[in-house]
Amino acid sequence: MATTADHFQAHGDPHDHAHDGDHKPAFFARWFMSTNHKDIGTLYLIFAITAGIIGGAISGMMRAELSHPGIQYLGTFAGWLGVHNPSFDQQLHLWNVLITAHGLIMVFFMVMPAMIGGFGNWFVPLMIGAPDMAFPRMNNISFWLTVAGFCSLMISAFVPGGVGNGAGIGWTAYAPLSTSGSQGPAVDFAIFSLHLAGAGSIMGAINFITTIFNMRAPGMTLHKMPLFVWSMLVTAFLLLLAMPVLAAAITMLITDRNFHTTFFDASGGGDPILFQHLFWFFGHPEVYIMILPGFGMISQIVSTFSRKPVFGYLGMAYAMVAIGVVGFVVWAHHMYTTGLSEDVKMYFTTATMVIAVPTGIKIFSWVATMWGGSISFKSPMVWAMGFIFLFTVGGVTGVVLANGGIDDNLQDTYYVVAHFHYVLSLGAVTSLFAGFYYWFPKMSGKMHSEFLAHAHFWVFFVGVNLIFFPMHFLGAQGMPRRVPNYAPQFEHWNHFASMGYLVMASSMVIFFVNIAYAFIAGKKAEGNYWGEGATTLEWTLSSPPPYHQFETLPVIGDDHHH
Amino acid sequence: MIDPEMINQGMNLAAIGRKLRMLPLALALFAVPQLAMGQAPAALAPAPAASVAAAPAVPATADPAVTPAAPAAAAPAVAAPVNTGPGAAATGPKVAYSADHFTVATGGYTPMKPTAGKGMPVDGGIGFQDQYSPNGTYALWMHNTILMPVIIAISIFVLGLLMWVVFAYRSARNKVPSKTTHNTMLEVIWVAIPIFILVAIFVPSMKLLAKQYAALPANALTVKATGNQWYWSYSYPDNGGIEVTSNFLKEKEDAKPGERFRTDDDGPRQLASDNRMVVPVGEPIRLQTTGADVIHSFSVPSLWFKLDAVPGRINEKMLFIKVPGVYYGQCSELCGVRHGYMPIAVEALPRPQFNAWVMTHSGGKIDGAPATAPAPAANAAASAPSPAPAG
Repeated sequence: MATTADHFQAHGDPHDHAHDGDHKPAFFARWFMSTNHKDIGTLYLIFAITAGIIGGAISGMMRAELSHPGIQYLGTFAGWLGVHNPSFDQQLHLWNVLITAHGLIMVFFMVMPAMIGGFGNWFVPLMIGAPDMAFPRMNNISFWLTVAGFCSLMISAFVPGGVGNGAGIGWTAYAPLSTSGSQGPAVDFAIFSLHLAGAGSIMGAINFITTIFNMRAPGMTLHKMPLFVWSMLVTAFLLLLAMPVLAAAITMLITDRNFHTTFFDASGGGDPILFQHLFWFFGHPEVYIMILPGFGMISQIVSTFSRKPVFGYLGMAYAMVAIGVVGFVVWAHHMYTTGLSEDVKMYFTTATMVIAVPTGIKIFSWVATMWGGSISFKSPMVWAMGFIFLFTVGGVTGVVLANGGIDDNLQDTYYVVAHFHYVLSLGAVTSLFAGFYYWFPKMSGKMHSEFLAHAHFWVFFVGVNLIFFPMHFLGAQGMPRRVPNYAPQFEHWNHFASMGYLVMASSMVIFFVNIAYAFIAGKKAEGNYWGEGATTLEWTLSSPPPYHQFETLPVIGDDHHH
Repeated sequence: MIDPEMINQGMNLAAIGRKLRMLPLALALFAVPQLAMGQAPAALAPAPAASVAAAPAVPATADPAVTPAAPAAAAPAVAAPVNTGPGAAATGPKVAYSADHFTVATGGYTPMKPTAGKGMPVDGGIGFQDQYSPNGTYALWMHNTILMPVIIAISIFVLGLLMWVVFAYRSARNKVPSKTTHNTMLEVIWVAIPIFILVAIFVPSMKLLAKQYAALPANALTVKATGNQWYWSYSYPDNGGIEVTSNFLKEKEDAKPGERFRTDDDGPRQLASDNRMVVPVGEPIRLQTTGADVIHSFSVPSLWFKLDAVPGRINEKMLFIKVPGVYYGQCSELCGVRHGYMPIAVEALPRPQFNAWVMTHSGGKIDGAPATAPAPAANAAASAPSPAPAG
């Protein structure tokens, strides 16, 4: 690989056009036909925040409905979507539309675009000393396909999907509920949105792999790459291998729905469980796709604010590779109750528990990085430490769920909801905010308010724990997922969780106030505003970086200390 | 990230000094196996209940008086549609019926009243529901005695480490950061200890799975639960093929005039159904599930039982209920509009009362009893001695 980088260097432009780098195209060309990795990264972040607002508002609707037993608000919500005087079944259908939209939006249009499209696009080229991504135009297509996918999903909410408008199939889209079980075009629009977003993701993955393998600055060997770049490399491989499986599965759904194939219909020789195997063969790597870039960001942040190099760098990098590899052979732990045989359940129980080992390496290495450090608790560091603890809590409930025999009582209950929100909503999203506060001044050139960022953290931390911790109790007590109404015994903790939502939502207000503050009154950010602990290449540039950076490639010496 | 020590791992005195600074962390990690060891004796504790498969298996011919030969008329009716694929439970030898297997309680059948807090969630509850099946008791023991202490210990341990670094290595207290980036011993420890803990979990976990897949006696009562949009139907092929349809019970204020509504004798709101799945207590039941339209899931938390009902397949699993009672659950796979309105109520009765319930249905017959009307097919196959119903 070093050879490849040397070759690239040989082709590098030796002339230093110091000011040409800031010649920006006009507004439309810059933002709608963009080929600049930083602009596309910004677009992805704006898109992800927009989708996050919609997905978060939907969770507010769900928490409102669940705050008491009975159906209270679904009729009102249906009115907002243009259906007046909805029947009881239409109200219940709306519930299924909400849970489906929340899942799809948060996974495909919030976390993934923010992590990979946003921070990945912005900082992979900067961190490896590259001028841009390998395929700038493909980068542009990736983004606009994601937007088109989101539009397709939004359209699905306003076209018939059975009893009412919208796709009420859950984000997992299990056949036959998603085939013979849902009439109308809404489900087709929802599935097609995944096709579009998936195609965008595959192109993005190809772009990242090519960029990282071929465009590292001279001297930047694979084993000198910052861990965030390592995390993006592993993530890109997971995307490249997992997304086509999803595409195949949902294409078969489309043909089962529209062209009378029977891939997932037993009466035609197909098998509904086959869809679940295909979906989770994608779906399990997908959860690592959502969290691995977060791991990378946390490593950068912990190292920066401890003013210490990452402890066990190679172990950290290869732990991510191990998580990626093992992540492909554990999928059926999502299917323990489908009627798997004893041997299969024993295998998947064992394989799933193995993932705890590389995950443990990461947690302990972060702690060891801080150990002996000189830690300053700036906002990204506080978010990162919150991440380490919350991810640990989400991880240990994963060890409980890994046991096929224990999972028999927890599968499809709120315990599972609590578990995956601890690793995603409290894990991945917390790492996103950590990364946001770490890099926002670098991207915008304006400093945010540290006070507001800390306030945001504490209110968010309290809020999300109030929402999701009681869900462990509800799940253990047997409350199933995806129900709009529940037995009165579940009211106590549901009400508690709904109050927690209000706390979490107010933390989001602080977040947006902070962004507004930064743009209106924020101090101008220096090139390296975090000081001596921040050693990766993006800190050698101005904030924001020039429109085109590294026209002369930086050379990484053997003694370069990141 | 780019770290010369990584490349040059040569050991020198300074490096050893740096490694010593990591000693407290190493010691803290060493503390973890002590926690795990604390659990080890528990893992050796006897399983709380004997596996059902270990019930005395008497050869079918040993005692014809109480062990009727497999009723040839009933057996094929069950066996034929069963997909003995991966989802099917293994079939073991026949077992002797209990002494009152053929007893029919006098006084007929009256639906059992639920007991508050038994077989249902409790107000504001934070743990699992009380368990009423042997495997549920074992699983609950494993969760409460092994998994919970381990996960709480790990969470508190990580929290403790974080609090310690916040205190000890804040920049105000520790101005000069160390440059330690390696400690092979430490890295080996934090790989080895999690493996050790996982092995401690692995053993009971495999044991639990083996129990759940224990072979069912060939003559176990078969009950088939079919998930429909949006109700359950239960059929009893061994009991003359009787069928029960189980619908959600509306609240009084939602019911149309004349329509049956839920009372507290039916069960809690949202969990009560009009006709329950009635089964005998204290004997293994071959519970089969299938879906009529989309995938549903038959789930009863207090029996540690969940099995998907998939169209085109029959899944099969042993259900064993130790104590008479009414046990509630809900459909647990998203199945469309009224997914949340598909309650499951299992009523476990002593054999004589169960038999009385069977007899309230036209065509109902006690499983294992010879066909009352001598059908030619049954006669031809029934070469075994004719059993005399006991009691």
